[in-house]
Amino acid sequence: MSAHANTYVPKSRVAKWFESRLPLVGLVHSSFVAFPVPRNLNYFWTFGAILIAMLMSQIVTGIWLAMHYDPSAANAFNSVEHIMRDVNYGWLLRYMHANGASMFFVAVYIHMFRALYYGSYKAPREILYILGVIIYLLMMATAFLGYTLPWGQMSFWGATVITSILGAIPIVGETIQSLLWGGYSVGSPTLNRFFSLHYLLPFMILGVVVLHVWALHVTGQNNPAGIPIKSSKDAVPFTPYATVKDVFATVVFGIFFAYWIFYQPNYLGHADNYVPANAAVTPAHIVPEWYFLPFYAILRAVPDKLGGVILMFSAVIILAFAPWLDTSRVRSANYRPIYRQFFWLFVVVTILLGWLGAKPPEGGYVIAARLCTAYYFLHFLVVMPLVGLFETPDRLPDSILESVTGPGKQVSGSGMPAGAAAAPSSKG
Amino acid sequence: MKTTRLLAATLVAATLGITLASAEEEHGAPQPPRQAWSYAGMFGRFDQAQLQRGFQVYREVCSSCHSMNLVRFRNLSEPGGPGFSAAQVKALAAEYKVKEQNDSGEDAERPARAADAFPPPFPNEKAAAAANGGKAPPDFSVLAKARTFERGFPKFLTDALPVVGYTEHGVDYIHAVLDGYEDPPAGKDVPSGTYYNKYYPGHLIAMPKPLSDGQVTYAKNDKGEPVVPETVNQYATDVAAFMAWTAEPHMMARKALGLRVILFLIVLSGLLYYVKKKIWAKVGGEVHGLQPELHKTH
Repeated sequence: MSAHANTYVPKSRVAKWFESRLPLVGLVHSSFVAFPVPRNLNYFWTFGAILIAMLMSQIVTGIWLAMHYDPSAANAFNSVEHIMRDVNYGWLLRYMHANGASMFFVAVYIHMFRALYYGSYKAPREILYILGVIIYLLMMATAFLGYTLPWGQMSFWGATVITSILGAIPIVGETIQSLLWGGYSVGSPTLNRFFSLHYLLPFMILGVVVLHVWALHVTGQNNPAGIPIKSSKDAVPFTPYATVKDVFATVVFGIFFAYWIFYQPNYLGHADNYVPANAAVTPAHIVPEWYFLPFYAILRAVPDKLGGVILMFSAVIILAFAPWLDTSRVRSANYRPIYRQFFWLFVVVTILLGWLGAKPPEGGYVIAARLCTAYYFLHFLVVMPLVGLFETPDRLPDSILESVTGPGKQVSGSGMPAGAAAAPSSKG
Repeated sequence: MKTTRLLAATLVAATLGITLASAEEEHGAPQPPRQAWSYAGMFGRFDQAQLQRGFQVYREVCSSCHSMNLVRFRNLSEPGGPGFSAAQVKALAAEYKVKEQNDSGEDAERPARAADAFPPPFPNEKAAAAANGGKAPPDFSVLAKARTFERGFPKFLTDALPVVGYTEHGVDYIHAVLDGYEDPPAGKDVPSGTYYNKYYPGHLIAMPKPLSDGQVTYAKNDKGEPVVPETVNQYATDVAAFMAWTAEPHMMARKALGLRVILFLIVLSGLLYYVKKKIWAKVGGEVHGLQPELHKTH
């Protein structure tokens, strides 16, 4: 897999001159044109492309919004409303950016559950997968910082709650907190540095995305069968096959995205964030954005503040250990009858945690949140290691081709032409 | 296999049971009744006459206490709004005074211009709070987006859907509060400075009943009859619709552009689907979805 040669052959003199000095076109060609893609990928594999599109959308709309935004406590709220009212298509930029963050998380959660279901984290893709966890962490930081910027009530109080969580960390907590605050409470200096960091982090995400794609193109893609490409018949070249599928899926996702922008622009936000920040008035319920809710539920499920903080961060960090917690050598849950059921239970529990995160931490909600938190961790610490040891997996297909066509059948058309990057030949 | 299923079902059922039981206890305050807004839905449009009446109610009643700092006079003549003419707006603005330093650096007043924001009723928030029992009345500009109420499960999910969706929580809440003043139930203690309101959370609101029947005289039709009834309910409806517009002045442009964007993307995705199908036909088509059965070897 890792030995796919650079098959780009420059034609013009200028291209030859450039390629011998910097093989950039060849790199792009080997990564996005000639790159062999398992031919059995389903639509869950298009979310990588969708996520890149979302990152680009966020960066472009964000740069334009920053031209009109004023990161001071006195003017931030009104400058956002200035964008909504007076800037040409400012309402579109802002709604694209605010809902774009949510759509980014919708896509990343599908991408992550896909990785968990098909065992994409297993060898040899551990680094690829861990880079993904790092991107997810950076996304969460960026989204949290960004939600502070409109300087509404939920911005202010969300920032207050989360930064005070960091204060619970022993020894360094208070230093981190006052560094973030730039003072003794959340205020204008906080907003200034949050804006600065919110502009910085997306470019760090972009950097890690480059590493993520690089690692992907060393190991090759996993696939629904979870078995490696064994012959050229198992694969198709990235372009045109994956390209056209990715573009189609991205446009369909764009329809979904557009619906939120134009018809439900405030559904995923909070009404309280249209009330200007006020340090003297605490909102009735301080609730984070929906994509943080499962972790917020875990935080509140623990009666001890520090314990809650540790558990909440562990809930994310534990993802990075999945490659070593899962003892099964079979990647795809399609061939793991027991694990498959636990996987779907895990999905349900995560969604339940999300719902509980939005509810007040009282009565039955707390009990339910504790049950779900317990299962969340049990899934990684007990289910993943044990099921892998005791489960008898179904028999794996001999090849990706067989998983597509069924055993022992001949197919018309082949995948990758051996050694050539041109269009695949029509006969295998 | 059976045990895991049983285990999973038990856990999910227990969690759901506990949470739904807790959800039952939450509901206490009545839900604001849903109004038929002309601007609701994907094809919704503001009713210009309603926005003009709503502005009249704001101007004659609400504006004595509530500011509208983010709305400018010129907004009233911009597309997608109440549709006043530029000349009407200019004349209207001239009736207001704006504080400004003159060229000698002294505080002075001048007549407002179309580009000015509506001048606030109080010089600052402290003055507003002092004149209103300790709490400044909220600004009207984005108030319709700043208020909402819990719809509960499963309505909070269906609210996000097309056609059956619902986005007018804030406006319905404002309408309900304005029309929700009534006598307190027997035994309910209403401290002085507060008033009983059916829809206000906790029922005790600091704002005295602001509207009464016949308070605002609407324009008459040719026969000299009012076009709409001059009742609290009608005033509340009109001013709430006006506030929906102040909170989202580009709403009509947004919905109109959305329709074009989505139609374009649907057509584009349809074309791309067939391009993709044709390309993949060269290698015998592709497989879709999870399809665990297909991946199994028999």
